[in-house]
Amino acid sequence: MKSAAIAPGRLSPSDYTRNFDEAKPPLEPHQALVDSSRCLFCYDAPCIEACPTGIDIPSFIRKIGTGNLKGAALDILSENIMGGMCARVCPTEVLCEQACVRSASEGKPVRIGLLQRHATDWLLSRGIQPFQRAPASGKRVAVVGGGPAGLACAHRLAMLGHSATVFEARPKLSGLNEYGVAAYKTPHGFAQREVDFILAIGGIEVRTGQALGRDVALEALRRDYDAVFISVGLAGTKALGVPGEDLAGVEDAVAYIERLRQTRELSKLPIGRRVVAIGGGNTAIDIAVQAKRLGAEDATIVYRRGPDAMSATEHEREFAQTNGVRIKHWARPVRLVGEAGQLVAVQFEYTRLDPSGRLTGTSETFSLEADQVFKAIGQVLVPDPIRDGTKQVLEMQDGKIAVDAQRHTSLPGVWAGGDCVAGVDLTVQAVQDGKMAAQAIDRWLGAGSR
Amino acid sequence: MADLRSTFAGIKAPNPFWLASAPPTDKAYNVERAFKAGWGGVVWKTLGEDPPIVNVSSRYGGLDINGHRMAGFTNIELITDRPLEVNLREIKQVKRNWPDRALVVSLMVPCEEDSWKRILAQVEDTGADGVELNFGCPHGMSERGMGSAVGQVPDYVEMVTRWCKAHTRMPVIVKLTPNVSNILGPARAAKRGGADAVSLINTVSSIISVDLDRMAPTPTVDGKGTHGGYCGPAVKPIALHMVAEIARDPECAGLPISGIGGIATWRDGAEFMALGAGTAQVCTAAMHYGFKIVGDMIDGLSNWMDEKGYTRLSDFVGKAVANVTDWQYLNMNYKIIASIDQQSCIQCGLCHIACEDTAHQAVAALRVDGKRRYEVLDAECVGCNLCYHVCPVSGCISMVEVDTGLPAVDWNHDPRNPRRLTLEEQG
Repeated sequence: MKSAAIAPGRLSPSDYTRNFDEAKPPLEPHQALVDSSRCLFCYDAPCIEACPTGIDIPSFIRKIGTGNLKGAALDILSENIMGGMCARVCPTEVLCEQACVRSASEGKPVRIGLLQRHATDWLLSRGIQPFQRAPASGKRVAVVGGGPAGLACAHRLAMLGHSATVFEARPKLSGLNEYGVAAYKTPHGFAQREVDFILAIGGIEVRTGQALGRDVALEALRRDYDAVFISVGLAGTKALGVPGEDLAGVEDAVAYIERLRQTRELSKLPIGRRVVAIGGGNTAIDIAVQAKRLGAEDATIVYRRGPDAMSATEHEREFAQTNGVRIKHWARPVRLVGEAGQLVAVQFEYTRLDPSGRLTGTSETFSLEADQVFKAIGQVLVPDPIRDGTKQVLEMQDGKIAVDAQRHTSLPGVWAGGDCVAGVDLTVQAVQDGKMAAQAIDRWLGAGSR
Repeated sequence: MADLRSTFAGIKAPNPFWLASAPPTDKAYNVERAFKAGWGGVVWKTLGEDPPIVNVSSRYGGLDINGHRMAGFTNIELITDRPLEVNLREIKQVKRNWPDRALVVSLMVPCEEDSWKRILAQVEDTGADGVELNFGCPHGMSERGMGSAVGQVPDYVEMVTRWCKAHTRMPVIVKLTPNVSNILGPARAAKRGGADAVSLINTVSSIISVDLDRMAPTPTVDGKGTHGGYCGPAVKPIALHMVAEIARDPECAGLPISGIGGIATWRDGAEFMALGAGTAQVCTAAMHYGFKIVGDMIDGLSNWMDEKGYTRLSDFVGKAVANVTDWQYLNMNYKIIASIDQQSCIQCGLCHIACEDTAHQAVAALRVDGKRRYEVLDAECVGCNLCYHVCPVSGCISMVEVDTGLPAVDWNHDPRNPRRLTLEEQG
C-alpha cells in the first residue's frame, strides 16, 4: 500500500535528536588556544571593519590566548550584546573571516566566529552579569518588537540609565533567533538563555502579546513615552503568484520553520517525501536542510538566478549540498500541479538574463514531482500598523522604514532598526541598529536631564 | 652526496650529530634506540660515585610561546640515579654493539683527584671513546660542590682537567657552564689544563615560570620549587655567542668545540659548525619529538652541503668565525632600507604599528581607494629590520642595500666619533 506523501515520524527518535542537535560544535579549550595563536593582532584590523557591530576582534582573541576569557567576552558583549547568538548565526565567511588577512595569506582565516562563541559561552555559562546601569534618568522609552534590534536597543538604554518597555507580539522574545533560525544552529534553548542574560541587567519591562496596530498604537506610544524605537521585523511573506498556490502541500517556509522551532515533538511534524524549496536565501537553505533532516527523501532548492545572486552564502550552499540538498538555478515556478487538491508536482520555466540584464523566461519548462513545496522568496514589511488610515506616517524606502545614519525615522522622537529598515537582514546588523539608536536616543533625551 | 663523517678530538662518528648527556642517554635501552635511528654519537648521562643520587618527582618545566610548546625547557633532575656498575656494564655492551658510533661518557665526581682517578679507570675499561667533564649543571649538584660550582671557577676547571689528563689516555672534553660573566675564563682554563676539547653550553640557571595558583616556581615539588637548568630553542642565541667567542679567541686557537644549546634541526647544527663547532649535541629536540629527528638533520645537512658545494664538514666548519667581530669594526657607511612587496602584502599593518609606536615612524599607513596600503618612507628608514621581523609573510619585506657613495669606515675612524683615532694613531 502506498504510504502518505506527507507524513510525520519518518525517523527513529535517535535520528531526530542527532539531526537537530548542534550542527557545528564549539571549540574545545585547547582548540581555542591554537586558533587564537593564529591571529596576527593586525593594526587597523580589517576584521573589525567587516563586523557590523565593530567588535575589537584582535583584542578579544588575544585575551582568549592569555586565558583572560572574561575580558574577551566583555570586548565582544560591550559592542554586541548578542555576541553569543551572532557567533552561531553570523555568515562570518562574508564578514570578519572573509576580511581576515590569514584568508589572503593562507586561504584559511582565523575561526573568529567559533572563538567568539568560546568566549561568550564562557561568560554566559557562569551566570556573570558584567554590565552595570548608569544612575536612573527617569526617562522611558518604548521599544516595539523584541527581536535582536529591540533587545539590543533596550539593553543599551538600560545601561545608559533609561527604562525601556519592550512590546512583543509573540509569546517569546528574540524574534527570528527564537522562531526563524534553523534549529541545529542554536539548539538547547540558547536564544532564551541569551534573552535572560540581556534582561538581567534590569530596567527592561517586557510586555508580550502586544502587537503594534492591534494592541498598541504608535501615536499613543509617542504620547506616553519619551522616545520610541520600532523594530517590528518583516511580518509578511511573499506569494509565488502562480496557479495552484492553495493546494494542500503548499507551505510558507517561515511559518513551517516557526512550527519546527517551537514544537517539542519533531516526530509529529509532517514532512513530504519529495520536497521543493523555492528561493535563494537562507530561509530556502534552512527549510530544505531541515526537511532532509526530518526525513524527506529528496529536497531540491530552485532559484530563478545563478549562484552569485543568491543571498545564501557559498558556505550555506555547501552546507545544504553536503546535507543532500540539490540546488537548481535559472528556473522559476509557473504552475503548482495538484491531484484531488494535493500538490503532486511543480512546473518550472527556465530563465536567463536578456541583453539588457533583465531576468526573462525562455518558455522551456520542466517539472519536479513534489509532495510539498516551501515558499521562501522573501519577507516583507507589513506597513498597516505604521499607517494612519491610508496615510503613511513614516517615510519609506524600498518598502521599508527610511532611517538616517543614527537610525532616526522621519518622525521626531521615533527611531527604527532591524529587518524593518533598509539594509542587510542580519542579526548582527539588527544589534548594531539597536545600539546606535539607543545611543542617539540617549543624546536626544539629553545627558543634562540626569 | 656530502661526506658527513666527523673526527672530533680523535673520536670518530658517521655524522656530527650527537645526543647530549641527559635523560635520553641514561640507559642502554635509549642509546640503542638512538643509534638505530642514526645518531652519530652519544654522551652518556653523567656518572657519579655510588651511592647513586635520588631524584625528586616533578622535574621538568616548559616555556610555551604563542601555542608553540617547549620553546624553552628546564629541568631540576640530577645526574644518573642508577648504580655505577650498571651504567658501566651497559656502556661496555653498547660500545661493543656499535663500534662505529661515538660513545663519550659524562662524569661528575667530587673535586678530589682520587675520585676522578678511580672513575676514569672504570670508564676506560668499558672501551668508551672519551669522557666529558660535567662542570655545568647549575642545580642540585652545584650545591654539593660539583657541576657549575667547579665550572664557574677557572682555577678548578684547570685543576680537574689536568688531573683527568694525567689519569687517562681517553680524550677529555670539558663541558662549560654559561652561568659565568665571560665564557673565555673557563674555556682558557680548560685549554691550560690540557683539555682535548670543550663542549658548550650546559644549561642556564633559570626559573621558567611561576604557578600563580600555588604561588610557587615550576616545576613544583610539594608546593616549592627551585631554579633549574634552562635549555631548548630559546637558549640557542646565547650558545652561538659563547661558541663564537671561544672560536675567535687566540688563546683558545685549535681547541675543538662541540656545540650544544637549542639545536633542533640541521640548520641549527650548521650554524654552530659555521661558528667553529666540530659536532652538534642535541637534547631538548629529541625529548620533544623522539630520536627520529636525526633523519632530517643528516640529509638536510647533506643536501645543503651539496647545494653549496661543500664535500666534507671541514669545508665549512669555522667559515663564519672570521666574520664575527666587535661593534667598533662594523662599517658605519653601510646602509639598508626596508622594501615592501605590495603583491605579497596581506595588509596586517604590523610593520606600520611596530615602526610607528616603537621605532622610526618610517612605515606609512595609507588608504588608497579605501584599500589599506603600507609604504616605507625611505628617508626615515634606518634599516633596523624591525618591520622585516614582525612581518608574518616570508619574502614580503626585504632589506635593500642603498649605495651611500661613501667609503667603508668603522667607528674608530668615523668623523662623527669625537674620540676617533687621530691620523698619527691611524698610521
